[in-house]
Amino acid sequence: MSSLSDAQPAATGKMPMGLVRAWRLVSFIVRFAASLLLTFLGLLAITFFIGRIVPIDPVLAVVGDRAPRAVYEAARLKMGLDQPQIVQFIQYVGAVLSGDLGLSVSSGRPVVQDLAEVFPATLEMATLGIAIGVLLGVPMGVEAAAHRNSFGDQIIRVVGLAGYAVPAFWLGLVGLALFYARLQWVAGPGRLDVFYDGIVEPVTGLLLVDSLLAGETEIFWNAVSHILLPAAILGFFSLAYISRMTRSLMLDQLGQEYVTTARVKGVSERLVIWRHAFRPILVPLITVIGLSYASLIEGSVMIETIFSWPGIGNYLTTALLNADMAAVLGATLVIGGVFIAINKVCDGLYRVFDPRSR
Amino acid sequence: MTTLSHWLTDDSPASRLQARLGRWYRMGLALWRNRLAMLGVAIVLALVILAVAAPYIASHDPLVQDLTRRLLPPSGDNWMGTDELGRDIWSRVVFGARITLVIVAMVAVLTAPIGLLLGAISGYLGGWIDRLIMGVTDIFLSMPKLILALALVAALGPGIENAGIAIAITSWPAYTRIARAETLTFKNAEFIAAMRLQGASTARIIFAHVLPLCLSSMIVRVTLDMAGIILTAAGLGFIGLGAQPPLPEWGAMIARGRSFILDQWWVATMPGFAIVIVSLGFCLLGDGLRDVLDPKSGDRH
Repeated sequence: MSSLSDAQPAATGKMPMGLVRAWRLVSFIVRFAASLLLTFLGLLAITFFIGRIVPIDPVLAVVGDRAPRAVYEAARLKMGLDQPQIVQFIQYVGAVLSGDLGLSVSSGRPVVQDLAEVFPATLEMATLGIAIGVLLGVPMGVEAAAHRNSFGDQIIRVVGLAGYAVPAFWLGLVGLALFYARLQWVAGPGRLDVFYDGIVEPVTGLLLVDSLLAGETEIFWNAVSHILLPAAILGFFSLAYISRMTRSLMLDQLGQEYVTTARVKGVSERLVIWRHAFRPILVPLITVIGLSYASLIEGSVMIETIFSWPGIGNYLTTALLNADMAAVLGATLVIGGVFIAINKVCDGLYRVFDPRSR
Repeated sequence: MTTLSHWLTDDSPASRLQARLGRWYRMGLALWRNRLAMLGVAIVLALVILAVAAPYIASHDPLVQDLTRRLLPPSGDNWMGTDELGRDIWSRVVFGARITLVIVAMVAVLTAPIGLLLGAISGYLGGWIDRLIMGVTDIFLSMPKLILALALVAALGPGIENAGIAIAITSWPAYTRIARAETLTFKNAEFIAAMRLQGASTARIIFAHVLPLCLSSMIVRVTLDMAGIILTAAGLGFIGLGAQPPLPEWGAMIARGRSFILDQWWVATMPGFAIVIVSLGFCLLGDGLRDVLDPKSGDRH
């Protein structure tokens, strides 16, 4: 965007302002779409490449290792493996676009179908996690900046460091041992207790929503008690990052002269912080939150493994251990696609709303 | 001692050696005054010492099983208890330092030079080369690193080397960005122009003058990234894609202790503490180094 406005001062001088804005918007959208498309293509290229370096012969996986040579060759031709790599890549992209991610060897079903079933569970957990992270992290970061070097500020620092240094899967295990086994505050692994399984008809796939829709409050509370710990652990990592970034953004604002002016005018400290200093950081904060959300969806892989959470991360790790490459690559594509989309949209929002980045 | 420190802090050093040593001395001094950074130094040093002198520090053989001594709680003999095969956890943690150090070193050696070189070339040459390199870098930067590393190791096959390679493939782009940004700041400086006027080749300018100046911000970034690398490596080990049994890799040890977490908590917790402490050490050291080497970047708050 910046290069655009730099490059055209002469031309824009004669155009009416409305036209300039419209031109900028169109150009921005085109660039945004191109960059998004290229990145998705990059992801596809990587998963395609990973699929090629697997030492498993895809033909053998289909026909079995005792198939006669003729059958093997026929299957090879049918799968298009005699084509040049670039043709195969184009075919792969076409297949993915039409929603074909191949068959899962372990479930025997199309990978897309499997993924559609498990994804809501991940979404539910990550969304609750980011909600915890935002609701606690933002106020914590603001308070830490307002009372710099206070005791609370030091705690934010430690939490921020811990967010970088503590392995999520380990924290999950310790959490289970402490809050489930020892204190019995929360329920154990899984989304529900066994005897509640399959009662609620999946509508949205989000158990918390579905159980309320069905009017099953008992199941709802059971689901809450199951999701609380994994979501809190995801929330901790997002809180660590969000509070650290909020603090840093707020400190930048509090050092500005307009804040001093407001204080000199006698505006109360509370108003200075929340009305004057907090507003300008909203835009970068949205980007921070988006990034954190994307990383939670990615990071849920480890947490889901620990909590036997039937989401996409658990699906991925199970597929990894079964050498079910179609499922691995499918899950990678979906998680990667969501990750990239969130990242890019946040980046785009930042550019649209922050006048300085134009 | 005072004469030495005077010689080191001399305002007009007589030789290049004196100037260089003086610079290091000042940086060391600045680092020394930062208590948290020194804690980081101590932790990283401890990791190196554990790795190098593992056979002398470990109290038991990390691989020898003793089924009569299964799952013993921490005691005077087994400081961190024993695992489900009767192996001493403390000794396994000590030997695990070697694996952690190998992976970390491997990733640093693979990624930093590639990132440095690509970034310097991209920033110095500009034009379509810059666009191409940065386009690819940006694509890689927007990828989810952990998931890609997982898929890559799944394809390459489990093991320490492959885990290192997978992490390296997913982490070079950040270094390219930094090296490019750094190069752009002094690309048009007079000393570079002077070299060009003297007829120095592009390769010479990049290798002898651009790269060395990018080094300090690279060192800072690599150190800060170490924690993430250790966590990813441990995660791969935990899932079963990293170091293979019976190697005492910390992540894999946590995975084995998972089944006993409710009653024999020490099996899974102890290696976790090792990961936390070492990652923390690299974070603190990185923060300290940033303050000393690269004060203009990052949050100084």
